[in-house]
Amino acid sequence: MLKLSREDYESLRAHGEETYPHECCGVLLGKSGVDGNHVHKIVRAGNTRTDRAHDRYNIAPEELIRVQRQARGLGLDIVGFYHSHPDHPAQWSQTDFEEAHWVGCSYIITKIDKGKATVTNSFLLSGTSEEDKKFLDEPVDVLAGQVDSAKEKAQV
Amino acid sequence: MKIHIPTPLRQYTGGQQTVTVDGANVGEALQHLTTNYAELRNHLYTGEGKLRSFVNIYLNDDDIRYLPEKEATKTGDSDELTIIPSIAGGN
Repeated sequence: MLKLSREDYESLRAHGEETYPHECCGVLLGKSGVDGNHVHKIVRAGNTRTDRAHDRYNIAPEELIRVQRQARGLGLDIVGFYHSHPDHPAQWSQTDFEEAHWVGCSYIITKIDKGKATVTNSFLLSGTSEEDKKFLDEPVDVLAGQVDSAKEKAQV
Repeated sequence: MKIHIPTPLRQYTGGQQTVTVDGANVGEALQHLTTNYAELRNHLYTGEGKLRSFVNIYLNDDDIRYLPEKEATKTGDSDELTIIPSIAGGN
């Protein structure tokens, strides 16, 4: 299960509305727990696919490196990514699958229907390698407050 | 020098997000990395020994594919390599 705060959930959906009719994209920072990925912070990223931003996205490696440094500084990891599907279902596409390489990470997709965010789904990239990877449907738990993995662990 | 490991590959470095290896140049550092952590090799390179197309390796802020000397670029102890798989997709 993917856990994230209501604030982050609404923010990533709003991002997709802001960039409509183009795809938005961003990075999920947090911690990976036994019960799934916990998002503590989302970071908006630029879509470098300006040639066909309506149905493609790409995050520049340089930006990813900056985000990864930011995560290290916060004691967090990259636990996933998000992007939008303008006027297209919130389901992973063949392109999404072929371009997904972060096994163990969550890939959130939000459908933006005529400029309005509707369905948001998450998919966990599972497997051990490029050869056996697969997307699994991943329930999303939207929490009222901030996600605090340490506190959750202490309460267990 | 330090090599930063992305989340999905840390299972092959004993959970370490950063490992330290020796190497006079980028190629040597990567060679030591995959010698010390042999399971990484298949995730970084194709069967023909070429860096997988979706794997980006940066020496500090530079993609090694675009460095004039590429993997032969000399490195020092204070340099850092970052392995960063690509992020892309679309409907």
